[in-house]
Amino acid sequence: MQVLANPHRFFSIANRVMPLLWVLTAMTFLVALYFAFFNSPADYQQGETVRIMYVHVPSATLALGIYLLMALASVMAIVFRHPLADMAAKAAAPLGAAFCFLALVTGALWGKPMWGTWWVWDARLTSMFVLMLLYLGYMAVWKAFDDPSRAAVLARVVALVGVINVPIVKFSVDWWNTLHQPASIIKASGPAIHSTILWPLGLMFLAFALLFLSTHLLGLKNLVREQRLRAARMKAVHAK
Amino acid sequence: MTAFLAILVRDVKLGFRQGGGAGAAIAFILSVLVLLPLALGPDQNLLQRLAPGLMWLSLLLAVLLTADRLFQQDYEDGTLDGLVGIALPLELVCLAKALAHFFTVGLPLAIAAPLLGILVNINAALIPLLMAAMVLGALALSMLAAIGGAVTAGLRRGGLLVALLILPLYVPVLVFGQSVTATEQGRASSLLVLLALALIAVAVQPIASAAALRAYLR
Repeated sequence: MQVLANPHRFFSIANRVMPLLWVLTAMTFLVALYFAFFNSPADYQQGETVRIMYVHVPSATLALGIYLLMALASVMAIVFRHPLADMAAKAAAPLGAAFCFLALVTGALWGKPMWGTWWVWDARLTSMFVLMLLYLGYMAVWKAFDDPSRAAVLARVVALVGVINVPIVKFSVDWWNTLHQPASIIKASGPAIHSTILWPLGLMFLAFALLFLSTHLLGLKNLVREQRLRAARMKAVHAK
Repeated sequence: MTAFLAILVRDVKLGFRQGGGAGAAIAFILSVLVLLPLALGPDQNLLQRLAPGLMWLSLLLAVLLTADRLFQQDYEDGTLDGLVGIALPLELVCLAKALAHFFTVGLPLAIAAPLLGILVNINAALIPLLMAAMVLGALALSMLAAIGGAVTAGLRRGGLLVALLILPLYVPVLVFGQSVTATEQGRASSLLVLLALALIAVAVQPIASAAALRAYLR
């Protein structure tokens, strides 16, 4: 990890990995999309709408995973003071929010034909919605401050308080939902997924994860450049 | 301990004397209550069903309006810098200030709101229960407000950001708060979970707020 602390070394490694990562992402997507659209059966109950799941499930899982990654990066920033850790968290936030948004939208698109409604205040939907708000709050903190080092410290606090909150929201909302009459039952998951659907899903998951990795690395590179630009500008101003 | 109490007493006094204290908070709830039947229609049955939820939301609104001022004034006039130099750790300073917020805004509202619920035809049998739940909820909410207030202490217009930061954190309190009065079964367990949430908030708040304030005090 400490190897990456030097921005020169970070760029030389990132520049070598990037093209490989993009090619891998594109190839996995091609294969996964082929399976998802042409080489997997339609569900006997859900019909063709089952294919929405191939986008929905990976996005939802990534949305949760990226928040954990953000929190982990924040801990790294506090404990090891790794110069890239704050930026890694900052670069991950908009991607996490995008995946969260994608999960919510595809869920709504699936919900309309299947449940007959775009949105219900179901436990899972509500906790995803709250996760989206947490992402927006975290991004707003970075936006709100001019001084990046101050914003970094405050963003760490927000990310870590949020990560304590995620499981609490999850359980409280589950519990709240079981008290009320559930509007509908999510039955997409469970052990009874046939391998003809499970394989494309796994491939799509891999493709989404690769997409996240490459865009995250891209975002990270941009943030490092931004920081160097800022440092150069400050130097120029002080030299006058 | 004396320093802790001194800060607590100072902030409670300031809260009451600067016109932002219990009186203003209760007046705020009253004005919300006047507007609600106008917005929702004067149907007594509907209002009775909504009453506890309306109380929880008014509590949230009142706390949101006061959260961004929790540390701002002390940060701007330099009091906060002075408070760092004393024997008390910054974490305990934050706890004292959050408790003062609870005593001046949260607690008066938690006691007054269920009683004022009579205006929206609240079920009278629920009043003591709602009061107990709201005291716990208000404690948790004051702690959350202190985290939000500490993060935005140096922002000129931090109000909206505080709202965005606190609202997701308020979800569990709201869920268990409403279930206390919503159903017969699980009432006691909901109150216990509310107590647990309040205690978690009391434990986490000083660390989080102090970490945020240190970003300003360097």
